[in-house]
Amino acid sequence: MRVEVEDLVLRYDDVTALDRLTFSLEESKIYGLLGRNGSGKTSLLSILAAVRRQSAGRVRIDGQPVFENAALTPRISLVRDTGEAITIGTVEDALYFAEWLRPNWDADYAAELLELFGITPKMSIGSMSTGQRSAMGVVVGLAGRAPLTMFDEAYLGMDAPSRQAFYDALLADYIAHPRTIILSTHLIQEVGPLFEEVLIIDRGRLLVQEDTQTLLSRGATVIGPTAQVDAFTADLTVLGTRRLGPTTSATVYGEVDEGRRRQATEAGLELGPIDLQDLFVHLTGENR
Amino acid sequence: MFDDRSPIYRQIADRIKADVLSQTLKGDEQVMSTNRYAAFYRINPATAAKAFQQLVDEGVLYKKRGIGMFVSPHARDALRAVRRKSFFADVVDPMVADAKAIGIPLSEVIGRIEELEG
Repeated sequence: MRVEVEDLVLRYDDVTALDRLTFSLEESKIYGLLGRNGSGKTSLLSILAAVRRQSAGRVRIDGQPVFENAALTPRISLVRDTGEAITIGTVEDALYFAEWLRPNWDADYAAELLELFGITPKMSIGSMSTGQRSAMGVVVGLAGRAPLTMFDEAYLGMDAPSRQAFYDALLADYIAHPRTIILSTHLIQEVGPLFEEVLIIDRGRLLVQEDTQTLLSRGATVIGPTAQVDAFTADLTVLGTRRLGPTTSATVYGEVDEGRRRQATEAGLELGPIDLQDLFVHLTGENR
Repeated sequence: MFDDRSPIYRQIADRIKADVLSQTLKGDEQVMSTNRYAAFYRINPATAAKAFQQLVDEGVLYKKRGIGMFVSPHARDALRAVRRKSFFADVVDPMVADAKAIGIPLSEVIGRIEELEG
């Protein structure tokens, strides 16, 4: 589904959680939503999922306003960090409800996923561990095949093998049934490779929206003798530097063309890649 | 573009080129689909598709509409020519610089090369 957000504002009493946020998302891409704690990720996803109403601005999903839009909401799914939202009854009950709610529900796929995560239909959701409840949320989120599916730190409490199983299942099902997916996460190293595009929000504002690989190609580390590094990075945006005796490592952001690359090699500098997590830390990292 | 190691699609492209050079992938042989590459490397399919597009642009692969990607019949020769062109800059020059830095006389390096040549 297409998502268009324009000048979106959300205020809680005297806190501005979202501050004139504007962006749009295309159909059938996987988006990464990154931001520090309190940056507004969950507020944004809540509005997109129509569980919260904005204070100002517009949200259109496939051209339609989303709040209290009964035709639209079954096609939008948000899995929260608390996992499966319905905590009364058994796994079977939750699946029954999900099937009733979701027009694209795939019961066979849900059964397959339950087995993958070691969940049995008779389990009571109320007595599940955090990891199991997260897995249950993931099952409902994936098998619902909603054209707009959002996972907000949905793997909370899941162990590493279960998270890996989730990423693999998500990727395989996305390939088989392309849909717009938003993954909000702090585990950037783990989840980053799944993103086609990244949105970074900070203090309720959009900091970056960019194709992930393009974004990564804009950042680099420059390592070498301090004087040479300083000279080379003088006209670049330096996000951070670390020194080890006579050696400096600078993280830079911006285009560096072939000529500059050659210049770096000739000056005895080492150019290295930067990963998404480093870039994120540098772009949002000043202390509050 | 900053660094050859950086974007994952360059890694994939390098992998395929290495397979072509070693003839693990032969001329006119079909390459696995981008989706299979995406699942294998656990990356977004668009990222894998970029690697393939880069290889099509470079003439290493060609597309058959509706069927998939194939290795260009002349890919290996072309890649070998490219590698030959940059061999001295990429391999020999750094080796000479390294030898100088650690104090190995060039005559010793040459001697070793001749020895390997038999």
